[in-house]
Amino acid sequence: MVPELGQFSLILAFCLAAVLGTIPLIGASTGNRLWIGLARPLATGFFVFLTLCLLVLGYSFVTDDFSVMFVAQHSNSLLPLQYKITAVWGGHEGSFLFWTWMLSGWMLAVCIFSKAMPDDFVARVLSIMGLIGAGYTMFMIATSNPFDRVLPMSPADGADLNSALQDFGFIIHPPSLYMGYVGFSVVFAFAIAALISGRLDSAWARWSRPWANAAWAILTIGIALGSWWAYYELGWGGWWAWDPVENPPMINWLIGTALIHSLAVTEKRGVFKSWTVLLSIMAFAASLLGTFITRSGLLTSVHAFASDPTRGIYILGFLGFVIGGSLLLFAFRAPLMKSEFGFAAVSREVFLLINNIILVVASAAILLGTLYPMVYQAVSGGELISVGPPYFNIVFVPLMSILVIFLGLGSVSRWKKTSLAYLKKQLLVVAIAALVLGLVLPLALTLEFSFGATFATALGLWVVLGILQDIRLKSANKPSLLAGMKSLAVSYYGMQIAHFGFAVILLGSGLTSIYSIEKSVLLSPGQSVELGQYEFLFEGTEHLSGPNFEAERATFQVLRDGAFVRELHPEKRIYTASRTPSTEMAIDAGFTRDLFITLGEERDSGAWSMSLYIKPFVRWVWLGAILMAMGAIVAVTDKRYRRLKTKTLEREAASDKTMQPVSS
Amino acid sequence: MPRLKLFIPVIVFLALAVMLWRGLYLDPRTLPSVLIDKPLPEFSLRTVELGDRVLGKADLPDEPFLLNIWGSYCLPCLQENPILMAAARDDLVPIVGVNYKDKLNLAQLWLEDNGSPFEFSILDESGRLGIDLGVYGAPETFVVDGNGVIRYKHIGVIDYETWEDEIMPAIAAVKAESRQ
Amino acid sequence: MKPHRRKKLTIIAFIATGLGVAIGLSLYALSNAIDLFFTPSQIAAGEVNNGQRIRIGGMVKEGSVAKSQDSLHVEFITTDYSHDLLVRYDGILPDLFREGQGVVAEGMVANGVFEASRVLAKHDENYMSVEVKAALDAAERDRNLTEMATEGGPSGS
Repeated sequence: MVPELGQFSLILAFCLAAVLGTIPLIGASTGNRLWIGLARPLATGFFVFLTLCLLVLGYSFVTDDFSVMFVAQHSNSLLPLQYKITAVWGGHEGSFLFWTWMLSGWMLAVCIFSKAMPDDFVARVLSIMGLIGAGYTMFMIATSNPFDRVLPMSPADGADLNSALQDFGFIIHPPSLYMGYVGFSVVFAFAIAALISGRLDSAWARWSRPWANAAWAILTIGIALGSWWAYYELGWGGWWAWDPVENPPMINWLIGTALIHSLAVTEKRGVFKSWTVLLSIMAFAASLLGTFITRSGLLTSVHAFASDPTRGIYILGFLGFVIGGSLLLFAFRAPLMKSEFGFAAVSREVFLLINNIILVVASAAILLGTLYPMVYQAVSGGELISVGPPYFNIVFVPLMSILVIFLGLGSVSRWKKTSLAYLKKQLLVVAIAALVLGLVLPLALTLEFSFGATFATALGLWVVLGILQDIRLKSANKPSLLAGMKSLAVSYYGMQIAHFGFAVILLGSGLTSIYSIEKSVLLSPGQSVELGQYEFLFEGTEHLSGPNFEAERATFQVLRDGAFVRELHPEKRIYTASRTPSTEMAIDAGFTRDLFITLGEERDSGAWSMSLYIKPFVRWVWLGAILMAMGAIVAVTDKRYRRLKTKTLEREAASDKTMQPVSS
Repeated sequence: MPRLKLFIPVIVFLALAVMLWRGLYLDPRTLPSVLIDKPLPEFSLRTVELGDRVLGKADLPDEPFLLNIWGSYCLPCLQENPILMAAARDDLVPIVGVNYKDKLNLAQLWLEDNGSPFEFSILDESGRLGIDLGVYGAPETFVVDGNGVIRYKHIGVIDYETWEDEIMPAIAAVKAESRQ
Repeated sequence: MKPHRRKKLTIIAFIATGLGVAIGLSLYALSNAIDLFFTPSQIAAGEVNNGQRIRIGGMVKEGSVAKSQDSLHVEFITTDYSHDLLVRYDGILPDLFREGQGVVAEGMVANGVFEASRVLAKHDENYMSVEVKAALDAAERDRNLTEMATEGGPSGS
């Protein structure tokens, strides 16, 4: 009976969403207070019933109810408890439920944190999110109901959860990715609500900003977790493969990045309004497109989620309705670009515009590379090609390098107008220092010149030194540097932390691509091999029995210049239930370098094939992502958002045109 | 008409959507098998279960049945086994196995460990029968009618959905036809 | 109006140059960085030039995997059941590599032998890769066509 309870709440949730998607929207247009007032309770109800669905599904997994088809397909009575719970989002139907639940969670958050916004605006926002929720719940009920039963032929036991998904990384990676994805629906709803009501003002931008930042921060963490998971789980030492399933989040992230910058300009200077609205729509479109690409199995037939075209058609239809509709609305309602710019050709606005263009172009290039095999197949009549990492690197690396140069210029320059002389005066020293240090540091550490390393280091330092210079400048008219630093806004520090994080990623990704070394060898017990400054001594293997696997566990002594560093134990496992072999790599993680070993297989002679890697600075990639996310969150906590919110209580008088001058 | 440029995003999006829609139908997995509606090939092979007895095409069931290609090395076969077991338990349809490019003792062990949904399994060690059937690899499942003609082919693992949405309808269609 | 217009022009010129560079870069990269996909039959038919970077796909022939005892060198045969192709590889085979199962490899053809620089493991063992599947389908079609030709028409109906 319990699964039917889930079924019932799913249908109820759909009904609530359908009402939420229409009544408050109409109410807001006609000024019907009662109908407007329905938005918050309905959104809360939507959240409650979806939570119930999720709990029911979780319960079915935990109690091994294999009469539920989704459970039978993705769980097994022997599966450890934590994986039974995470299997909830381990397949198509469950991950859609999870996605929709996240949406309802964001809706609840909007209910809670929107006390200061006008009711009709909140009603519109919730209503638009309700429409999205209705589309998703209808999709589940129609084509992918997680509560479908297999009766009367219910299996005695289930198939197993894909063994690659039985992993800690998988417990947290998809939820954070989905949460980020769905978070952009809030910004989208704000943009559409603003378009409908015709109030595209700086208040709208100010309300949107914390939501955009939060979604962006969570998406950043989600992508970083995915990269980290691939790094240690897939065992070939890569942290980014430009895989068709990795690309959509990246596209979304790039557009999201453009969006948070464009929102800043719209809030502070009241320009780029149409562009910001367009980016809000694009960011959400990218998240739907990401869902579409992974769910339809369009590009990744081998992916575990691959499913049939009917689902793909439904999602595509939904995408067409939501995004096509929004873009049409945009075309009719967006304010025309003013012929007057209100800023000079050298100004912060222009640098941020360039930043936006680069980010959007980069995401378009990634989209092109991701979809190109499909297009090629269609045009050439079935010939298959693949677009590999070289394409993405050739396009992405130069674009990001240019972006970094403008990042340094943009964050020092001023709104409205900056003189070139001023920029030169402030940044020439930074540029020279970055170049010199970029040349000297890698040379001093490795005694070898490498153009790539110099380039990456110089770019990274250009950002870092630029930040320091900016803080120094901004506190120049204060009695002391410390007093000056105290006077800077929290959101300013948020921005600089995020920029610093970006520099860290830049350094990490650049240096690890250049300086990583690896070796594949065949070693017998007692033999050792040298790699870089390290010596790896293979002592042998022993048999090991785990809870649900059998393993051969190897022992390695790692020495540096003859001195013991640590012992490493890579394993080769065979999972007993599914008989899947799996390589457990051993990693010695470090701030400046990772060492890791993966075992291949044993040869008849007793020798083992294995790969050894040294990956300098690889941790910096994820460290930088964490810093970026932190920066965005710090900016959200800036009290001016809250202060302005309380102020807006007695607003209405404070007309749309007024812009709050804000420090920074 | 300066507003026209505001329609550029819609147009770009529509182009993209049309492309994606076309892409959905490009899936090479849906290429039909050319063996459909052709009779099963002749063979003369031993089985996993019946010792030295050699079977031929005439020994196959004369009612609609499933021909399932499997091997003890094949992980997906393990995954679909519970479904086939349930089908055999409930007498939905007879299932004949083709033990494809496997070793006899391993195949016997596998059946002991996991249970056998099969009436019997034809032992195709050389893979010759598999080649005649156009098998790419285990698992694959054919729906064969009472006259020994292949009516449907499923490539890859059978999960509950494919069972419900593909295999069962195919069996039902063949059965309905033979009743007429 | 004039200075405004000039400003606008500067910015538009800037955007246009940027877009042009990016599009050029993308097209250049696309023309260089795509790997075409071939089947053992296509390679046997000589459709591939020596030294061209390609991908191949097929099934690993049963009993064909030979591993060196003192190095990482591995040789195996991929087949689409019409033609065989010998693959040489120096490296560690992925966990899901198995005889009788599909495989995709990247590398180049040299004198009728495929020198693989990478042998790919897919994340999921349940489904054949599209590429392997397409290779086998193509081979099956060809085989059936030849059979039909020799038999003098399609048999049965």
